[in-house]
Amino acid sequence: MNIKATLMASAVILSPVAALAADLTIGFSQIGSESGWRAAETTVTKQEAEKRGITLKFADAQQKQENQIKAIRSFIAQGVDAILIAPVVATGWDEVLEEAQDAEIPVVLLDRTVDAPDDLYLTAVTSDLVHEGKVAGEWLVSEMGDSDCRIVELQGTTGSSPAIDRKTGFEQGIDGHANLEIVRSQTGDFTRSQGKVVMESFLKAEGGDSICALYAHNDDMAVGAIQAIKEAGLKPGEDIKIVAIDAVPDAHLAIAQGEMNATIELTPNMAGPALDALEAYLADGTLPPKWIQTESKLFTASDDNQSIYEMKKDLGY
Amino acid sequence: MIRSHHLPLMVTLATFVLAYALCGMQYPSMFSTRVVANLLTDNAFLGIVAVGMTFVILSGGIDLSVGSVIAFSGVFLAVILRDTAIHPLAAFVLVLCITTAFGASMGALIHYLEMPPFIVTLAGMFLARGAAYVLSTDSVPIDHAFYDVLKDIYWKAPSGGRFRLIGGLMIVTFVVAGLVLHRTRFGQNVYALGGGAATARLMGVPLAGTTIGIYAVSGGLAGLAGIVFSLYTSAGYSLATVGVELDAIAAVVIGGTLLSGGYGFVAGTFFGILIMGLIQTYIVFDGSLSSWWTKIVIGGLLFAFILLQKGLTWATTTRRKTATGFATQS
Repeated sequence: MNIKATLMASAVILSPVAALAADLTIGFSQIGSESGWRAAETTVTKQEAEKRGITLKFADAQQKQENQIKAIRSFIAQGVDAILIAPVVATGWDEVLEEAQDAEIPVVLLDRTVDAPDDLYLTAVTSDLVHEGKVAGEWLVSEMGDSDCRIVELQGTTGSSPAIDRKTGFEQGIDGHANLEIVRSQTGDFTRSQGKVVMESFLKAEGGDSICALYAHNDDMAVGAIQAIKEAGLKPGEDIKIVAIDAVPDAHLAIAQGEMNATIELTPNMAGPALDALEAYLADGTLPPKWIQTESKLFTASDDNQSIYEMKKDLGY
Repeated sequence: MIRSHHLPLMVTLATFVLAYALCGMQYPSMFSTRVVANLLTDNAFLGIVAVGMTFVILSGGIDLSVGSVIAFSGVFLAVILRDTAIHPLAAFVLVLCITTAFGASMGALIHYLEMPPFIVTLAGMFLARGAAYVLSTDSVPIDHAFYDVLKDIYWKAPSGGRFRLIGGLMIVTFVVAGLVLHRTRFGQNVYALGGGAATARLMGVPLAGTTIGIYAVSGGLAGLAGIVFSLYTSAGYSLATVGVELDAIAAVVIGGTLLSGGYGFVAGTFFGILIMGLIQTYIVFDGSLSSWWTKIVIGGLLFAFILLQKGLTWATTTRRKTATGFATQS
């Protein structure tokens, strides 16, 4: 009885104070752990919360929207200070977001957006896929200067939004430079094995000597392609320049070994900017912009890729 | 006096009360109206489908198709509301007719071809899921004024919990099902069928009609659950509610219904649903446990209840033997 009374009392006392003090409790509804990147996002989110002394309530939705809705409702019932969601689908969030708004709990979307009026959430933290492709294109432009370059492209899964956007971005990046030309472009389905198979066919069709650079929509396909280039008796990174996107640990390792030239990071740290925005909002009501774009950082041989690899490999990729 | 077949229901009820009390001791806000409202709203579709499953399991059968039927109903509604001008109410009636007919035809196959329900409903599961995929592989949003009207029907408790229409619909379903099972001829027939088909035939139970009726009820309620799920997520998605049939079976068994049929109550199923919801809520409240613990705890509870059922069956048969033994002696 005594314990219960104390708990009740502390809950009552804590809730209004919590918004002011640094002692925050934040609920995080994650989609699941379907890819290495997502596992890394979960790890980084936990680390970021710990670094700031925030209590993070983590709920894994096992790929099901109903589990995410349940988790968000439970967070509201518990009276958390804020909620982070990585939504599994875009539809069907209005009702539960309204309940959060009603309870005056700010919600931040991570990594994906939803089809709901944007006054229902505080902000969305996502990367700009077109921008990532553009950074890759611009890197190649500065690397090549005026010399001619025949580029082959490994696309992501046909029709998927990362594949479409990363292709568009890259084309924007090299636009206006007639010396750069994409000569072949095919899907490697975002996988290592398909990346290798498709690169083999590029090498056969074009001849290894006439390909100057490879642009892959993700690192996994680039790593597969490196294998194919080696098997064809060429030196990846020297005979054929390689640029890809994601910055997974294996790409850093390949750059450290000189087999790849550049990768653009799709950062798993969506929570950092999200928590910054939330802390500012809870402290004095500063409204963040509706969209916070994460940095698409370029990594090349001039970075210390070996130590980045060591740091990233334990994140769960 | 508490009869022995009431005991599993009592155990379920005690488990729920004890679990809720323990959760509430640790997190006082578990007792808030929000949590109660959430338990009803979030589990509405599962509860409704579990009512159908209770009928099926009481009769000694199983229905594996319900999860797929929910997904099919949702996609069907979303597609029909997107592509035609049909009013949602008419679409609801259409969905209920299709799913009831689907259930009834599975019941007919089970009865007339003397096929195990497991196989027939497994085929039904693939059929319904496949049909949902054919309609659309994407998540189709439902954007209709009538849906907004339905979603805005709720009673807001003073401390913030919202008791929504779909939660109320689930409770109505449970009450109606309870009345049907205990106050009608059909209900008696369901219990009789669960006690054994041969005995039921001797008692004059119309086997064909009852079997078809049971699976029609299960199919129809799965359709209703599909409507509720479409209200819940405002979308139809062919990948949704995978494995819900197993959750429903688990809720029925945790609710104290005998898997071999003949004994059990829908009230037990109601508390079975609440226990499962409670576990999920607790794990989110804790926030550090892996959500897969939900499955582990439910698995453990299932084992415990199956053992309890076995123990009770064994105890009653021995008692009966001793009783008859005494009877012959005297």
